[in-house]
Amino acid sequence: MMAFPKLLARNRLALGGLIVMGLVVVLALITPLLPLADPDVTNTANRFKRPFSEGALLGTDHLGRDLLSRLLWGTRLSLAVGFTAAIAAATLGAAIGIIAGYYGGRIDNIIMRGVDMLMAFPYILLALAIVAALGPGLMNALIAVAAVNIPFFARNIRGITVGIAHKEFIDAARLSGMTDARIILTEVLPNVVPVIVIAISTTIGWMILETAGLSFLGLGSQPPQADLGSMLGEARSALITNPHTSVVPGAMILIIVMAINLLGDGVRDALDPRLKSGALSRPMPTTMVKRTMPVPEAKAETLLALRGLKTQFQVKDRVYKAVGGVDLQVNPGECLGLIGESGSGKSVAALSIMGLVASPPGVITGGAVYYRGEDLIDAPYEKLRSLRGNRIAYIFQDPLATLHPLYTVGDQLIEAVRAHHPFNKTEARAHAIDLLKSVRIPNAEQRVDSYPHEMSGGMRQRVGIAMALANDPEIIIADEPTTALDVTVQAQILSLLDDLRRERGLAIIFITHDFGVVAQVCDRVAVMYAGRIVEEGPTRTILNAPAHPYTARLMACVPELGQGRRELAAIQGLPPVVDKMPKGCAFAERCNKASDACRQANIELVRHGANSLVRCISPETSALEASE
Amino acid sequence: MTTVLKLTNLSKIFPVGKRLFGPPKALVRAVQPLSLSVEEGETLGIVGESGCGKSTLARMLVGLLPPSSGTIEINGEPLDNADPTLFGRKIQYVFQDPISSLNPRKTIRQIMEAPLRHLHNMSAADRGRRIAEIFAAVNLREEFLDRYPHEFSGGQAQRIGIARTLAADARILILDEPVSALDVSVQAQVLNLLANLKDEFGLTYLFISHDLAVVETVSDRVAVLYFGSVVEVGPADEVFSHPKHPYTKLLADSAPVVGRPLKAPEGRATELPNPLNPPDGCAFRVRCAYASDQCGREAPRLEKQSDGVWTACYHPLSGSK
Repeated sequence: MMAFPKLLARNRLALGGLIVMGLVVVLALITPLLPLADPDVTNTANRFKRPFSEGALLGTDHLGRDLLSRLLWGTRLSLAVGFTAAIAAATLGAAIGIIAGYYGGRIDNIIMRGVDMLMAFPYILLALAIVAALGPGLMNALIAVAAVNIPFFARNIRGITVGIAHKEFIDAARLSGMTDARIILTEVLPNVVPVIVIAISTTIGWMILETAGLSFLGLGSQPPQADLGSMLGEARSALITNPHTSVVPGAMILIIVMAINLLGDGVRDALDPRLKSGALSRPMPTTMVKRTMPVPEAKAETLLALRGLKTQFQVKDRVYKAVGGVDLQVNPGECLGLIGESGSGKSVAALSIMGLVASPPGVITGGAVYYRGEDLIDAPYEKLRSLRGNRIAYIFQDPLATLHPLYTVGDQLIEAVRAHHPFNKTEARAHAIDLLKSVRIPNAEQRVDSYPHEMSGGMRQRVGIAMALANDPEIIIADEPTTALDVTVQAQILSLLDDLRRERGLAIIFITHDFGVVAQVCDRVAVMYAGRIVEEGPTRTILNAPAHPYTARLMACVPELGQGRRELAAIQGLPPVVDKMPKGCAFAERCNKASDACRQANIELVRHGANSLVRCISPETSALEASE
Repeated sequence: MTTVLKLTNLSKIFPVGKRLFGPPKALVRAVQPLSLSVEEGETLGIVGESGCGKSTLARMLVGLLPPSSGTIEINGEPLDNADPTLFGRKIQYVFQDPISSLNPRKTIRQIMEAPLRHLHNMSAADRGRRIAEIFAAVNLREEFLDRYPHEFSGGQAQRIGIARTLAADARILILDEPVSALDVSVQAQVLNLLANLKDEFGLTYLFISHDLAVVETVSDRVAVLYFGSVVEVGPADEVFSHPKHPYTKLLADSAPVVGRPLKAPEGRATELPNPLNPPDGCAFRVRCAYASDQCGREAPRLEKQSDGVWTACYHPLSGSK
């Protein structure tokens, strides 16, 4: 919450609104203390004095009353009514919304249909009807304005509450023995308050206008009491001859409503977590690149090689080194496993290859990615676009999130093909059906016209794979493609990927956290920890005789089928936070072999045995063992 | 051994496509009538894939969902979920997603105090003492108490979730995928913690998971769920070493294991049956290599096999693997 004033102040317009509004409110508060003429005393001898005339800074109205005095007293009244109406509408509307959203079902249905009926009337008609029924007067105008705005709050808050009422912490509260009333007050309400504040701040200006409108029509404040609306109403007849009588209250309404709206937008932007997390800042088409170090050379001729790749997330004054210098290479037809726990940087490394890390906050700060000897990191956007999905394709974890829900899978496949090939519609459709057949989707001719939600998780992931294959790529980067699937489906998808790789000579970078999966599909495996590779080598060598203590202990704590009930060898502690990396080995804190040497300086990734690399000064296996 | 939890013909039917008047468009039988019992101090593992009804079952057991039919008995008394303060002291629930089960706007202390205050009416001093005891048991530092949930990693948050359940002082815990949202290194920490707590406090667990290997490391007995029905139940080592039901065998063969070559354990295009239009007879028969005409006529019932395992199959696999 400390950040709220800062966030608000960063928005210049909102800050301006805040200052103006503050001035107006202060003026309204100190009005009784100011040496002003009585606002209600008439003096027809002095009627329609011009502004800046003696004794009346803003002139006088048709009854000779001092306009400055009336303006300040009127502002005071209008603000008070507007704020009160807003608070009343918010309280009642939120209460209705929370009750409807929390209980759901029939209660929700009855309440919300009632609210809908209220909304079916034009608001001014409804307000007029309420005032007509209650009789004119400022209090009744206030009630009318509040009542008219209740549906807005009720609907808004109900929507939010429905989302919260199905959260697990509500179930947990119920299991803790809390009653519904207590859950609403202590669990739901604190989560709804920010939304209520946002709704108030964006509607309060509107409510001041509505109150002024009713007073303008003579239904609000009664003469001689001044509010901004009634001042306008009384000045209407002198609009042409003495425009200043309407301009003065009109300008005040303009200033107040503008200031409140600017401030309200600022409050909303500062409070809304979605906007705070950068939903308003559109990510750039490629990741930002700011390389300070010299770019490493491409080594041998390989299909794809990462050299010292560094990717950071720069959030305010903190720098998260998600990828801290990664070297990797993939050869044609090879499957490279990239294994690590969440936060190890494996996905960020993979997304950096094609510049797909969202910027801001992502920045590539060093290293290079060579595709057939060509550096992709500083490649122009057009070059990257022509390679994305064409030569290098991705498969993501959750196919439901990556497929567009409103297009058939066929349309999406056709779009993927036509992005890179000048096929006409019929050719592209035939190709799409072929693709679906190649990933073994039954009845491909019919399934091509299905929507993603009509398919099961396994079938959707097949579509995801078909999409990756659409342009016959050389490299597929598969980011946890089977993690969201059931084991029986996972087995099908893994064997499909393995077959496709062998048929088409694909190179696959397979990102996963599962050693069993790596063992079954990968030729080589690289283990990542805290943004760096700690061990790399042929799958069999690493899985049979892991050299890095992290790999060894991680494997030991994975339960494996067929070993019965037992205690697992857990690794104590947690991985380091990547904005505060230790000086030496990142694993030293959790390692039972750690010595002082491990903590003093950076540990290099060195050759270990015939085909492996390890980043450890006291590996678990000797180099000789690792060569076997 | 006494039976602490007994389910008799428990089922849940969800209406789909509610209409203002008249019956709903369709019914989904999330849990078919099933009967299970759990002995005191035992861990019963419940395995199944997504959509098999395991979470629906768990939510019925803790009173978050009313069952469509059947009864739940705890220590021989029928579960009465009218009063949350009564059943909350008998049976508790550990959630799958540790972060979202903690209210983001409450401190850990407020979260921990809720069950103590509402279920046990403890005084402030007693609450403080009890929280200190529980935090020591789950290896959490007391300085965490004044922080908010977003400051914790998944593993820590799950410990807090477990601590809250312990605060309710129930003897039976329903653990609904308690480690599936955690990384493997943290998963092992939490599984070991659960095993220690069980011995320390004499708890009975119902451990629900889709991960066979995880269930095997914690369970005494296992029930395999498919499409809302128990297809196999028995001692864990028997069920996993000699699966009788073809579905159990398929599950066991599908789990990727280091050192086992990749093979698709079934036809590549098989899909789960549609819950709106379930097949007649055995729900597994469309995926089953041993299916016969008999399987299509009537769903098989659970029957006791030679070694104490109950299987719902007309063609149970012979003991050898």
